[in-house]
Amino acid sequence: MSFDDAYQALTDHDDDARWAYGTGFADPLAGVPTALPDGVDHADLAAYCLMIGDDALIMSHRLQQWVTRAPELEDEMAIANIGLDLLGQARLLLTRAGEAEGGGRGEDDLAYLRDPQDFRHVRLAERADADFAHLVARLLVFATWRLALLDRLSASGDPVLAAIGAKGVKEVAYHRDYAAGWVVRLGDGTELSHRRMQAAVDAVWPLIGELFEAHPVELRLVGVAVDPSLLRAEFDGVLAEVLRVATLHAPGPGAGPGPSSAGDSSAGDGSAGDGPVRGRDGFHTDELGEILDEMQGLARATPGGVW
Amino acid sequence: MTAPATVTAAQVAAGVTDPELPFLTLAELGILREVRETGDGVEVTITPTYSGCPAMDAIRADLLRALHRAGFERAQVRTLLAPAWTTDWISEEGRAKLAAAGIAPPGPAPRRAAGGPVPLTLGIRDEPVDCPLCGAGETERLAAFGATACRELRRCRACREPFEHVKEI
Repeated sequence: MSFDDAYQALTDHDDDARWAYGTGFADPLAGVPTALPDGVDHADLAAYCLMIGDDALIMSHRLQQWVTRAPELEDEMAIANIGLDLLGQARLLLTRAGEAEGGGRGEDDLAYLRDPQDFRHVRLAERADADFAHLVARLLVFATWRLALLDRLSASGDPVLAAIGAKGVKEVAYHRDYAAGWVVRLGDGTELSHRRMQAAVDAVWPLIGELFEAHPVELRLVGVAVDPSLLRAEFDGVLAEVLRVATLHAPGPGAGPGPSSAGDSSAGDGSAGDGPVRGRDGFHTDELGEILDEMQGLARATPGGVW
Repeated sequence: MTAPATVTAAQVAAGVTDPELPFLTLAELGILREVRETGDGVEVTITPTYSGCPAMDAIRADLLRALHRAGFERAQVRTLLAPAWTTDWISEEGRAKLAAAGIAPPGPAPRRAAGGPVPLTLGIRDEPVDCPLCGAGETERLAAFGATACRELRRCRACREPFEHVKEI
């Protein structure tokens, strides 16, 4: 059932193919019943879909930057696959955000035409990795948190979010196991790998607190969104277990066994503001600008471009 | 309009193959969920294997093309996200074809206790996977992610050959 001409196959069935936008694909929710649930504020639902969609989109982009730079071919494949899973989740969630918003914006508009302050991901997702240990530390934290989140999202009152959550659990469980495997391998490895893995855990630690701060949108969407503060116990348990097996320790006063001393989310960024500074409100580091330059450059230079 | 009375839309859809595993049909893979002939035409329902599976668009196009060729001009493809696809939906025939192609079929999908968190597996979650080439039971995982989202890379300790295995989800 394949096409006679591969290039024709890519464009043939979709008159709206816009390859400068990197897709040419159908709307990922094509054919999915997408009625909005009753009694849910549409603007809040759109904002929430953007939050957890941007988490996946930006993390996926950071993972893609590792392709061709990973230590082994198998890890290139793993990182690319994890990035692809997250990109798939992002496409569904951004499309859902556009539907809830009701303004006609699709996934491409939201991914390629928003400015940095309009992105709503947690800042953990955008950080550049200094080395492979930093990547696996960041991925362990991200996947552990997201797995707990998606698991609860599978009971959401929005059937589309519930389906995305249930599907994502199966995927992110593999992501977490992959990252945990490397944290253990490096932490419980040589003296050098142990030292560098511990340094990576120390570096990612200040970004953890933000993951569990409930945003007003998340609190208003009772029964639809997940209150992230409820994820902390599961997260702490998993992290403590991985660190124990990896012979690593959680940083902080007294280097206690659990990550409960994560501190405030703005630590490490030199933020000077009084209130919490967090990605969910559009406050990002300069590193997001670098990501968007790369991710959006072509689409913005050739709006609606096709080749 | 010109559909021969002997071929149903369900038969046509069931015969369409997966773009990445071309020896398997969509029906054998378990992603073809329903085919309905209504007064409005044919409605085919499919379920994606993975959220980011890049084959979904090709699958939709292949289904429509096959139906059009068979004379079902008015056809549409519906995507069903829930319940999520599981490897348990791969048919016995599909499993036999995977093994014949050198790809170890999946075992039962993991189940977890209701209400509990997804269990962490540190390193060893190595259910036995038989080598599809020599049949030995002693195989090891080389990498949890393979050439496509649904496969991992393993090696047989007996014949030393690497092979792919469809991951249980």
